[in-house]
Amino acid sequence: MKILVAVKRVIDYNVKVRVKADQSDVDLSNVKMALNPFCEIAVEEAVRLKEKGVAEEVVVVSIGPKACQEQIRTALALGADRGIHVESDVAPDSLAVAKILNKIVAEEAPQLVILGKQSIDSDNNQTGQMLAALADMPQGTFASEVVVDGDKVQVTREVDGGLQTVELTLPAIVTTDLRLNEPRYASLPNIMKAKRKPLGVKTPDELGVSIDSKVSVLKVEAPAERSAGVKVADIAELVEKLKNEAKVL
Amino acid sequence: MNFNLTDDQQAFADTARAFAEKEMAPFAAKWDAEHYFPIEVFRKAGEMGFMGMYTPEKAGGFGMSRLDAALIFEQLAMGCTATTAMMTIHNMVSWMIGEFAKPEIAEEFCSGLVTGEKLGSYCLTEPGSGSDAANLRTSAKKDGDEYVLNGSKMFISGAGATDVLVVMARTGGEGAKGISAFVVPADAKGIHYGKAEEKMGWNAQPTRLVTFEDVRIPADYLLGEEGEGFKFAMMGLDGGRINIAVCSVGTAQAALNTARDYMHERSQFGKPLATFQAMQFKLADMATELVAARQMVRLAAFKVDENDSDKTTYCAMAKRFATDIGFQVCNEALQIHGGYGYIKEYPLERHVRDVRVHQILEGTNEIMRLIIARRILADGAADLL
Repeated sequence: MKILVAVKRVIDYNVKVRVKADQSDVDLSNVKMALNPFCEIAVEEAVRLKEKGVAEEVVVVSIGPKACQEQIRTALALGADRGIHVESDVAPDSLAVAKILNKIVAEEAPQLVILGKQSIDSDNNQTGQMLAALADMPQGTFASEVVVDGDKVQVTREVDGGLQTVELTLPAIVTTDLRLNEPRYASLPNIMKAKRKPLGVKTPDELGVSIDSKVSVLKVEAPAERSAGVKVADIAELVEKLKNEAKVL
Repeated sequence: MNFNLTDDQQAFADTARAFAEKEMAPFAAKWDAEHYFPIEVFRKAGEMGFMGMYTPEKAGGFGMSRLDAALIFEQLAMGCTATTAMMTIHNMVSWMIGEFAKPEIAEEFCSGLVTGEKLGSYCLTEPGSGSDAANLRTSAKKDGDEYVLNGSKMFISGAGATDVLVVMARTGGEGAKGISAFVVPADAKGIHYGKAEEKMGWNAQPTRLVTFEDVRIPADYLLGEEGEGFKFAMMGLDGGRINIAVCSVGTAQAALNTARDYMHERSQFGKPLATFQAMQFKLADMATELVAARQMVRLAAFKVDENDSDKTTYCAMAKRFATDIGFQVCNEALQIHGGYGYIKEYPLERHVRDVRVHQILEGTNEIMRLIIARRILADGAADLL
């Protein structure tokens, strides 16, 4: 079967994020960019399914400026077979991304679509769910285990109460949680091989999707600095503060 | 002329950085304290492709440029200096065998070396022959279709824990022309390993005296022709000097990063250290000199890749400069940490101990000056550089 994996170029998780002076956005100038960690887990899961003989082909798709091709190449170096870049200089919102992915799904007809549960930049956690609705496919979100069995996939989900396992009929949408797997490093030979793997470029126009956003960002602010804690003399004082000040008891 | 890394080089560096951060940096202090040789890391490094980077493709290596390898070693050295230095030595051994051994011998040895399943040590220095390498005494006498090796090799990195040795030995008369190179299985009968030397740094790898007592190896294990050994050794040293220089640059970068973070965190007289101009100036000088050292090493690596006729001079300059600056930057980073820099809870004293030896090995920095001066004093050479 064919697996489609959506990946996003985001600010590297090691970078200390700064907000632009005019509070319009996070400052991305001279900042290291990387593959979104949840997307990396999605790529790893797809590659493992291929290595197990469950999948024959892993296709990665990314939407954004030309620089996104760096992240597609990273995914190819991790073991994906082919890349699709949907070029757009405007950052599309979650719904626009889901609409574009829906077109790609229609073209590629994958049996399984794996996405990160969210990207670490905007933390929306909705693209996978929107895509499932648009493509009319079952969804298993926040996966910590994925087992493909014939035309079904069992997805173990991390929910508030613990773990929940759902069974979906393929084709289906899966979004990854942090504990699904630990992604490999790209080895030098695989980085070199990635260069020779096919990478096709499309535009939202060609796909017939408008990326005009219904969402506008009003203001971006840095989180308030945490103030220093206080030391308590004994347990009695601690309990008293938890009861009367913090009101958690 | 373009000083930026290519996309590939950036990807190589990124993956090396990730490997160093996860597989090496968290354990480096423990390896140093326990004198532990992290053999499992070399295996993992082999899977990554780090163990046969510029070994020729005909011998199963990756045939990468010295510049690409230097970028990778620099990132790895940020994780653990001593382990990375051992990888660079291993890469040199694997390259030398792959490049100069007879094809079937190269295949036999390199297939294990490039994957990291087998490790290599390099045996040039002797108890009585360090800087004066051309005067080495270990002998290799031809006996039928075998060579018989006798002599001792000093300060051999990894010795006793590695599988393959490249050994420089005398097959002919006095001087450089009488020296030949051999590949020798490390467990060959008659090889004795001395005790692990107690060292100031580089504790994540053993350093031992290796003694050869009537060690018999097939004549096919000769690299190239008889008398070519010293030429190979000098070629190896050009690359070795780049490698050891980048180990200094990477370590110094790690020290600089630690010092920068500390200057933000540590307050004295009610203000973070980062607000004191004397500290700012120190950090600015460290960063400036480190960038200069890094560029110089990359230039030297480029000259080796281009087979420039002055490559040896560039390598000597880069080695001298980058290892001196590397030591200085680590030492200043320690100074910024005050008393905390001197205790083992922080990595600074380890960085200082580890990079100190870089000013000594692969040709001392005094020998580097000799090489440079000799070239500059030759007719017209100062302009060429």
